[in-house]
Amino acid sequence: MTKNVNDWLTEHGDYLYRFALARLRDPHQAEDAVQETMLAAIKSNSFEGASSARTWLTGILKHKVIDLQRKQIREQPISDLVDLESSDTSMDDFFDASGHWLEKPQTLEMPENALQQKQFLSILNSCLDKLPSKLAAIFMMRDVHETENDNICKELNISTTNAWVMLYRARMGLRKCLEIQWLAR
Amino acid sequence: MKLMLTCKQASQIISQSLDKPLSWSDRLKLKFHLIICAACNRFNQQLHWLNTAVKRLIQATENDDTIQLSLEAKARMTKAIAARKH
Repeated sequence: MTKNVNDWLTEHGDYLYRFALARLRDPHQAEDAVQETMLAAIKSNSFEGASSARTWLTGILKHKVIDLQRKQIREQPISDLVDLESSDTSMDDFFDASGHWLEKPQTLEMPENALQQKQFLSILNSCLDKLPSKLAAIFMMRDVHETENDNICKELNISTTNAWVMLYRARMGLRKCLEIQWLAR
Repeated sequence: MKLMLTCKQASQIISQSLDKPLSWSDRLKLKFHLIICAACNRFNQQLHWLNTAVKRLIQATENDDTIQLSLEAKARMTKAIAARKH
């Protein structure tokens, strides 16, 4: 088994790392997730060769990634996050007192050509980095894993209202950042 | 029931609509608002588009061969695997 696991690390390690990095957005945590996946693979006898080793390992990794995302969000008391009145960020300044858009949302479109797409994705990447890390984590967890909202709340031990507020803030921040960085480039 | 939503309220309901089925009354109010408000229509499109965009970013990262485990990380893992075996 050890031989197998070492082969898997050689053959699939880089892919698994990219899979984890894409979701956790933190190199150290992504490495940890890969290592834990390999160690779990040694213990488990459930691989039967019916599916590819990569698919099987990715299945294990997914759970490790979700565990780590949960930790990313929990690192800080949730109450600090959802205090909508806290104005440490300009993210809430989207509406005037009567609830009208201060700046109307603009049309965002995926660029057609490959080079522009690459530029766009790198801007999106930097916008995700600018979000408070807990908001980015819950956004990635919800929108990427397609986790049911109820599940997120159970997993994080927070109310659904708090989850909605966090997701709302994450989306508002991201779309604004993209308008600024992408449309005004 | 107040039928008219502000844009702020509408934007919150639009975000929630990505996470859960809306209540009958929220759905109705949102429908009404979207008929008259181009800005919130664009916001709605933005949020759906944002999901697609992030999924593309993830795919692009997964397929980017230039991103690799460092040699140190691989060595550390090989060691941890050997230790676990014995």
